[in-house]
Amino acid sequence: MAELTAAGEQGLVEALRRGDEAAFASLVEELTPSMLRVARLYVASRAVAEEVVQEAWVGVLRGIDRFEARSSLKTWIFRILTNTAKTRGAREGRSVPFSSLGGDEPDGPAVDPDRFLGADSRFPGHWAAPPRPWEGGERLVAQETLELIELEIAKLPPMQAVVITMRDVEGFDSDEVCNALDISETNQRVLLHRARSKVRRALEEYMG
Amino acid sequence: MRLDRELTCAEVVELITSYLDRRLRAADAERFEEHVAFCDGCSTYFEQMRATIAATGHVRNDDVPAELRDRLLATFRELNST
Repeated sequence: MAELTAAGEQGLVEALRRGDEAAFASLVEELTPSMLRVARLYVASRAVAEEVVQEAWVGVLRGIDRFEARSSLKTWIFRILTNTAKTRGAREGRSVPFSSLGGDEPDGPAVDPDRFLGADSRFPGHWAAPPRPWEGGERLVAQETLELIELEIAKLPPMQAVVITMRDVEGFDSDEVCNALDISETNQRVLLHRARSKVRRALEEYMG
Repeated sequence: MRLDRELTCAEVVELITSYLDRRLRAADAERFEEHVAFCDGCSTYFEQMRATIAATGHVRNDDVPAELRDRLLATFRELNST
């Protein structure tokens, strides 16, 4: 993924203002997949999410002359997206499921408690069944493994899936994700940790 | 978090993302590192979490649906022609 440095970003903003279509197209490629995932949290269907994303991009293009770089371009774009999606979700009478999604459902710990020694043991909280090292690390990037990871991400609660996709698949940093989703840093970190822990668990079964 | 007590393995596995995001206080980060250095189980687990994150980074981003991309580019041209 193209990294938007401050200087690169300024150049990109100017290119958009000039009407440089190639610059716009590359930004669309970079951000639209995440925008769709985020929009999908607020609206009922994939089709409506696409409309929201399109509307947000129109807002971005109309507003680009007023963009003052007080936040990163990415953050600014996601703010527009989130506002557009919220408005649309409200109009659809969808009582925004966001706050409930923000916490997701109660979730277990990262590792099954049975794998640790109990309170009555000599070393409570220490490994009873420690993980076995994974052999053949190159298998981790094999196509089959990557498909397993995708499948596992698809099974996650929606907010966990969005956060791990933005952070670990697409390489957004923590601030960018918090801004895009309007959640606290702590919440973002909890969601990410749960998601990563579940993906690791799936890999453990597969690699073991 | 109390400084007078060592971390348990059950705690270490919950702190990995905080550690990697540099969200632990210096003293806690030190205790985390110390535990991982001396505990085989946690050292393996920590490596596996890092390997998981690295592997997830190899998953391909979704493609932008072609129809949506075309619509966006058409909108772009339209806005710039006025």
